[in-house]
Amino acid sequence: MNYQEQNISANNFEDCIKCTICTVYCPVTPFNPNYPGPKQAGPDGERYRLKKPYFYDEALKYCLNCKRCEVACPSNVKIGDIIQSARIKYTKSKPSLRDTMLANTDFVGTMSSAFAPIVNATLKLKPVKVVLDSVLKIDEHRQFPAYSSQKFTTWYKKEAAQKQDRFANHVSYFHGCYVQYNYPQLGKDLVTVMNAVGYGVHLLEKERCCGVAKIANRLVKEATRDANINLASIRKSVADNRVVLGTSSTCTFTMRDEYPHLLHIDNADVRDDIMLATRFLFNLVDEGKVKLVFRKDFHKRVAYHTPCHMEKLGWSVYSTSLLKMIPGLDFVALDSVCCGIAGTYGFKKENYKYSQEIGSALFKQILSERVDAVATDCETCKWQIEMSTGVHVDNPISIVAQALDVEATMKANGVSI
Amino acid sequence: MDNKFGKKHYDVIVIGGGATGAGTARDCAMRGLKTLLVERFDFTAGATGRNHGLLHSGARYAVTDQESATECIKENMILRRIARHCVEDTGGLFVTLPEDDLDYQKKFVEACMKAGISAEVLDPKEALLIEPAVNKDIIGAVRVPDGAIDPFRLTVANVVSARRDGADVLTYHEVVAFEREQNRLTGVRLRDTRTGEETVEHADLMINAGGIWGHHIAELAGVKVNMFPAKGALLIFGHRVNDVVINRCRKPADADILVPGDTISLIGTTSTRLPYDQIDNMEVTPEEVDILLREGIKIAPSLAYTRILRAYAGVRPLVAADNDPSGRTISRGIVCLDHATRDGLDGFITITGGKLMTYRLMAEWATDLACKKLGRTAKCQTAETPLPGSELDKSYGPEDHKKSHIIELSTDQKAAEGRHGSLSEQIEYKTEDDEALVCECEQVSVGEIKYAIEHLHVGNLINLRRRTRMGMGTCQGELCACRAAGILVNYNKCAERTLRDLSSFINERWKGMYPVSWGETLVEGQFMSWLYEGVCGIDQLARPEDLIDAK
Repeated sequence: MNYQEQNISANNFEDCIKCTICTVYCPVTPFNPNYPGPKQAGPDGERYRLKKPYFYDEALKYCLNCKRCEVACPSNVKIGDIIQSARIKYTKSKPSLRDTMLANTDFVGTMSSAFAPIVNATLKLKPVKVVLDSVLKIDEHRQFPAYSSQKFTTWYKKEAAQKQDRFANHVSYFHGCYVQYNYPQLGKDLVTVMNAVGYGVHLLEKERCCGVAKIANRLVKEATRDANINLASIRKSVADNRVVLGTSSTCTFTMRDEYPHLLHIDNADVRDDIMLATRFLFNLVDEGKVKLVFRKDFHKRVAYHTPCHMEKLGWSVYSTSLLKMIPGLDFVALDSVCCGIAGTYGFKKENYKYSQEIGSALFKQILSERVDAVATDCETCKWQIEMSTGVHVDNPISIVAQALDVEATMKANGVSI
Repeated sequence: MDNKFGKKHYDVIVIGGGATGAGTARDCAMRGLKTLLVERFDFTAGATGRNHGLLHSGARYAVTDQESATECIKENMILRRIARHCVEDTGGLFVTLPEDDLDYQKKFVEACMKAGISAEVLDPKEALLIEPAVNKDIIGAVRVPDGAIDPFRLTVANVVSARRDGADVLTYHEVVAFEREQNRLTGVRLRDTRTGEETVEHADLMINAGGIWGHHIAELAGVKVNMFPAKGALLIFGHRVNDVVINRCRKPADADILVPGDTISLIGTTSTRLPYDQIDNMEVTPEEVDILLREGIKIAPSLAYTRILRAYAGVRPLVAADNDPSGRTISRGIVCLDHATRDGLDGFITITGGKLMTYRLMAEWATDLACKKLGRTAKCQTAETPLPGSELDKSYGPEDHKKSHIIELSTDQKAAEGRHGSLSEQIEYKTEDDEALVCECEQVSVGEIKYAIEHLHVGNLINLRRRTRMGMGTCQGELCACRAAGILVNYNKCAERTLRDLSSFINERWKGMYPVSWGETLVEGQFMSWLYEGVCGIDQLARPEDLIDAK
């Protein structure tokens, strides 16, 4: 009976016991009947694709890659990874011009930042939207995030870089494309908060887009190239005892988990040193290493939305606990559901309708809670919620920065520069 | 439907709904004989549904049995033509392991050549490129034209063909006695195995195509055909481990063939003599499971860490050569007996021995003899005329999939096309519900289930499984059984009977899961029992008559 004891499947998809909980948690399935659902698209479909690639179903493109199926799975099947890997491996069509444009957030960002006022104004024009819609199939209802005239790194080098070495402790910051081209304020907020507790914030030697959009749009070669550049810089930083912080749950998740699972790049040596800023900060406070002192005059009702990749990381507790430390903050926990945008997914004309339907329950809840702001760790969730509810959305780090009594905090932590 | 029976006088009554019986009914009907096919349970319920599904090239028999080898390669080429939708041209390898004698390879290749089987000696490295699942330590490899064949599809296609040519078909009707006038059989007494009701059908000639059960049928007619049942156990692995049939290049022994069959891979077989009275009680023992795994891992190491879905066993109908009552001289060849000349009993033919690969040839021999006895002259056409479903014309592409689809087919529609060939055009997707899936593991849609119920002799869930693969996948019916029952009840209008059917179906699935209940399959089984016993409480519903298919 020796052989029977040893025969345990090494094929992750065979761990599926067909309980179908993943499909219950899939945000797409209730709204898009063309999507087979995670169970069928994942482990079930995999058997057929192994039989013959002919059985690949193009409808797998409707997967958001939210990974909520993986969180729900009691058998630890990497359903989302199976689906994304199948898309990369079996899709016959080449990524379109639109997909390539949407995926190259860093290249498009560089170009757009240079002409930010013109680009921002142009993208709001009705005729431009109609052209984008009809020619590129980018839905005309979608609002583009505004581009910033000054890139984050330009500001950093000018205003912040010189004094960072003076702190006793140090971290590196993976700012990501969004902070770099669209919303440098978040990066500035992180520098403010970390400096206040005595940590110098440094840029990585080289930083490229984390690659999440390229992976989603099957530009694997480009994503792999960027990932290797990022990991080389991250390794240098870790060698200098500098943990790498991110303020985007998706960038952080991608570098930790998608690199090994989808790009097959081994990051085991540095994976634990890539983390979200809220987690790092919460742990510092929790361990008694730093203190946060908040302003008395800060009063806001804030609802926290859990981004899908945050759910997958299992880290939303750090962000919410941090927010709850703020005395003047009236905290509202929103149901953990997908907002529907899923990065570039919601920009595509064929997905726009489903994207808004998926998020509709969340939007309703936000509006009914009558909050001053929504907090979330993902930039694309921010665009989606702001566009769909009109409620302002901020990263928890920005809210901490707004509520923080910087001078008192510095004093409490013995920081004097 | 039953009304038209009992009043007709048939030319032939074919007994047995396996491949041979169905093939014989087809051949008879095509030659213009008024034909009735009777089967005590469901089509493919016996040995036909419990084998390797290997489209033998004949190479396996080449060294030991040239006659069988020659028959195999001829039929292999014919089946590729007439049964395209049941056959997959995977090719086959005969590999020599370090522990095997490489000299056997030379003998093997020579014997193949002599039998007309192409046998190309490959560099082991090349064999590994052709089939990466094969053990990388092999010291020799030969490529032969093996393939995979689906015995369920094959048998049903023969039944559909027979019906098109006017044959009548009765499943769940067991022959309990023969009608006779002196030394001539004139008909059969049939008992409905579900209701117990008896009827009589008359014909000029009865053809016993009962396989191993033909031993008993012959006894009912008062003649003796000596059969020696040999049990063969097999394991089904959860997905396609190999795309090419892998055989071990040595004298045939236990667990030396790994066949890719549809979505799964099959390792087999063992070989154990079995007392005749045990042929309806097949169980796979832990020892057999161990042998299959131990030997299987040698030819394809990844089997060691692949999920096993179930185990099953079938019976080989080995026949003692005539004039040898001891049964020592056993042949795997075809045995066609005219009991008039052999035993002085007119109106009775037995066709037995052989194997799945030679079912068509067996049917041809039996029908030739039947025509001779009935004074008919029609020639056999079954080697040229494609089976229903395999009538593929220019509109079908290289993978036997229709080229003209404008919109990309979903996975289940592609799978249905593979299962039913050109007959899949009859599957209707009238509503969105028809496009919904019943069986997610094997990608069977509501539309396909309805088509099977309406056209392919389906009365219960086990019939449905054999016609469509519903319930044959990873979850072994856990999710699809109750969905399919929900559709079936719209046809039989009896919720109580359908619930008992559901209970019987799940019991049958469990029987195969039980010998391999560890790891993921054990978890799956626990979950299934929680659903069906715990939540639905239907485990004890089945009555003995509901369980006839669950054996």
